[in-house]
Amino acid sequence: MSIGLRPPAVVLGSHERPAAPRSLWSDAWARLKRNRMAVAAGVFLLVMCTLAALAPWLPFLGDPAAQDLAKGATPPSLAHWFGTDELGRDLFARVLHGGRISMLVGLVGTLVSLLIGVTWGAVAGYVGGRTDDLMMRVVDVLYALPYIFLVILLLVFFSKSLLMLFVALGLVQWLTMARIVRGQVLSLKHQTFVEAARALGASDLAIVFRHIVPNTLGPVIVYTTLTVPAVILQEAFLSFLGLGVQPPNASWGTLVSDGAKLLALFPWLVLFPGLAMSLTLLAFNFLGDGLRDALDPQGRRDGV
Amino acid sequence: MTTFILRRVLLMVPTLLVIATLTFVLMRLAPGGPFMSEKDIPAKAKQELLHRYGLDRPLHEQYLAFLGGAARLEFGPSYKYPDRQVREIILQGFAVSAELGGWALLLSLIVGIPVGTIAAVRQNQPTDFAAMTLALAGVSVPNFVLGPVLVLIFSLTLLWLPAALWTGPESRILPVLALCVSYVAYIARLTRAGMLEVLRQDYIRTARAKGLSERVVVVKHALKLGILPVISYLGPAAARIIMGSIVIEQIFAIPGLGRYLVIGAVNRDYTLVMGVVLFYASFLLVLNLLVDLAYSWLDPRVELA
Repeated sequence: MSIGLRPPAVVLGSHERPAAPRSLWSDAWARLKRNRMAVAAGVFLLVMCTLAALAPWLPFLGDPAAQDLAKGATPPSLAHWFGTDELGRDLFARVLHGGRISMLVGLVGTLVSLLIGVTWGAVAGYVGGRTDDLMMRVVDVLYALPYIFLVILLLVFFSKSLLMLFVALGLVQWLTMARIVRGQVLSLKHQTFVEAARALGASDLAIVFRHIVPNTLGPVIVYTTLTVPAVILQEAFLSFLGLGVQPPNASWGTLVSDGAKLLALFPWLVLFPGLAMSLTLLAFNFLGDGLRDALDPQGRRDGV
Repeated sequence: MTTFILRRVLLMVPTLLVIATLTFVLMRLAPGGPFMSEKDIPAKAKQELLHRYGLDRPLHEQYLAFLGGAARLEFGPSYKYPDRQVREIILQGFAVSAELGGWALLLSLIVGIPVGTIAAVRQNQPTDFAAMTLALAGVSVPNFVLGPVLVLIFSLTLLWLPAALWTGPESRILPVLALCVSYVAYIARLTRAGMLEVLRQDYIRTARAKGLSERVVVVKHALKLGILPVISYLGPAAARIIMGSIVIEQIFAIPGLGRYLVIGAVNRDYTLVMGVVLFYASFLLVLNLLVDLAYSWLDPRVELA
């Protein structure tokens, strides 16, 4: 873990002096730009996200639900870049629309984990003492639970709605975030800038969320970048089991799952969604690696 | 050491209790019962069914009976397969899943550790770069994509290996491969990082200064500490391999525990799902304890607390 990060020398904001020494952020940006793989990954993700987000309005993209039973499954062609599925639906459109759902789940799940994890970790670290002990013990106990099984139970026993999926996946991921943030806050709360804020009469709430949390951003950003692919993967896992995204919605997980049933006949139904998903996950991992190298050169020790 | 084990085992009890209670509560809160599909059964028959599954007793009695049963893996008959006990399904399925997961874990270690070590020794050389790029790719390809792709190549195109089922030794190859690739990759990354850290240490310089060959330095001196991150990853790895095996068993139609979990989940077979979940949870807790013990054995500096 990257607990050893020092707070940035310059607190970001409009008060920066023009001739100030380079901040952590501009330093990190320079380092990131030198990492070609990470830049390529970032560009790829940008393109992928834009295409997926705009999928319903792209003029060259057909309707992913439009069936053509007479046509059936056809291999990739000029008219259908990724071919069509057994109901004659355009696979390219389905992959982009599926990516929309997958990435939405990934982002919202990560956001949920971010909200809970950062709040939990920041409060535990800042308040300290008994409260800290108790809060971290809760995290320890939850860590020991094989969480994914609880998610499965939740989805089996209750609704398989998209909302439930967001919550369930976010709930799985916040623990590590809480630990990271707590470690950071512990090392930050006795720094002089916190004392200065307190001397100026800032409330505890303001100190934690306006002064301390922004200084933990480095490790949080890195871990967030690595959480998104983890959530996407888990959504796909659940969808593959029939517990995740339900029809008529489709995610990459359900596309691969459906395609796998027809593998012998129409292999492209697995290959294209699988490829789109793998490349996206790979890009997130490359970007996360690059960001860690850039933002936290000392945190390299773990290297994973 | 003994106190440590004792304390950990005692700590496992409340954790298991939490899991069991959560499972029980969730099941009771869940809308619909196991007999939702049978709409028009006579009241008497329904009464008998409820009695058979112990659902007519007061809630606290049900809870205690459930806990007592859970301790003995007795969850009663499955809702979906009324003539089979959950216990019997779990034991049968686990034998298969353990074989699948065991091979995958073994293979991950056998391949992952040497690859990571070599990459660390040749840090920033082409070998290192190639190995780590491959490893990152391996981590990124989900097993449920890899599985079908392997089937497509080796079963449907080359006709070398069976595409499904769990019959002869050759039927093991593709599922184990599909399951282990991402762990091979991850363990290689962990080993590399751990070794890089260790190879910088003073005692390694001392070993080199003594004139030991590079091979002895790396294999005998560095590796023991260098693979510590791998050891601590074994607990989570087992959890992930179990998750992965659920998918792999589905793809390859392997009659393991994961497949029963999915069948149970889809059919709302509450006793089966509960049984499998509790079983896996306790299995993982025991495994984590063993991992911690192994860790302290490898690195005496770690204090067991």
